[in-house]
Amino acid sequence: MCTYIVEKTPVIGSAKGAAGWVTINTAVVAVDHPSHATLDHALLLDFVNSGRPVSERVALELSVESARELIAAMQTAVDAFDRAG
Amino acid sequence: MYEGLLAETVTIRGHGDEEIGAYLARPLGAGPFPGIIVIHHAPGWDPGTKEIARRFASHGYMAISPNLYHRFGPDLAPDDAAAAARAGGWVTTEQFLGDADGALRYLRGLPISNGKVGTIGYCSGGRQSFLAACELPIDAAVDCYGAFVISPSPPELPFRMEPVIDRASQISCPILGLFGVEDKNPSPDEVSQIDAELTRLGKEHEFHTHANAGHGFFSVDRPAYRVDAAVEGWRLIFDFYGRHLS
Repeated sequence: MCTYIVEKTPVIGSAKGAAGWVTINTAVVAVDHPSHATLDHALLLDFVNSGRPVSERVALELSVESARELIAAMQTAVDAFDRAG
Repeated sequence: MYEGLLAETVTIRGHGDEEIGAYLARPLGAGPFPGIIVIHHAPGWDPGTKEIARRFASHGYMAISPNLYHRFGPDLAPDDAAAAARAGGWVTTEQFLGDADGALRYLRGLPISNGKVGTIGYCSGGRQSFLAACELPIDAAVDCYGAFVISPSPPELPFRMEPVIDRASQISCPILGLFGVEDKNPSPDEVSQIDAELTRLGKEHEFHTHANAGHGFFSVDRPAYRVDAAVEGWRLIFDFYGRHLS
């Protein structure tokens, strides 16, 4: 089904995509039908600058399972950074 | 079959009399031809939707698919428009109905029209096709596994989708419903409840729940595709429209 699951969170950083490097201020996170990945549902991750055209977004479509693994890897990495702090 | 087709992007007047883009595919020839409004799914006004429109044209129908995401950016790629819709809160029921009504008026205004127009939608578009049957003066509607027709979206989902079954007393055309027995939204139990309510209201309808199929069994580019259900589903669709739009 179309889930309409969407979360937004502010972010600080940059992303590189079709428009080159762009400063981003928002991550839009959804789990819904992808546009390109051959999956029924996927984690859809858009890094955007809300003041710039949406076509400059940097987009990911990941299987839900690989999204979980990515979340765990990110958590592990930032935890390691905190410990090294 | 009609081997000669014309497919192009046209401009129609939608909700609020605003101009929006629409994809029109029609057979060559003088007609008269029935019309079908192809409602795109949440991933947008994409190549798959336009391919469905061309399929209807090859079977002798004028098919139009309004770009429901036009207002997010008329020239955006479908995936970017879908991203904008996700970030921007999708489209309202009123805006959808206004755009669908614009497509309806456009089709009926074509000199090759026979005056009959149906709707079809898949997934979110299935719910919207059901909604069109409740609110617009169409002649037939096909709902392919539309969720949230009788049940609201579950509370754990942040975006609330309201059920539309309360509008069913206003339905003025036959409805064909195509579902998969393995679907969870709508589940076979929900389909049975919708079926029973339409029967109670005396609304002409026929529902088919396909074995070995779940949500999205018509989607040729997704793992959910089920060839037997899809082939039989297309046969049922053309049989249904043939009886109600000729």
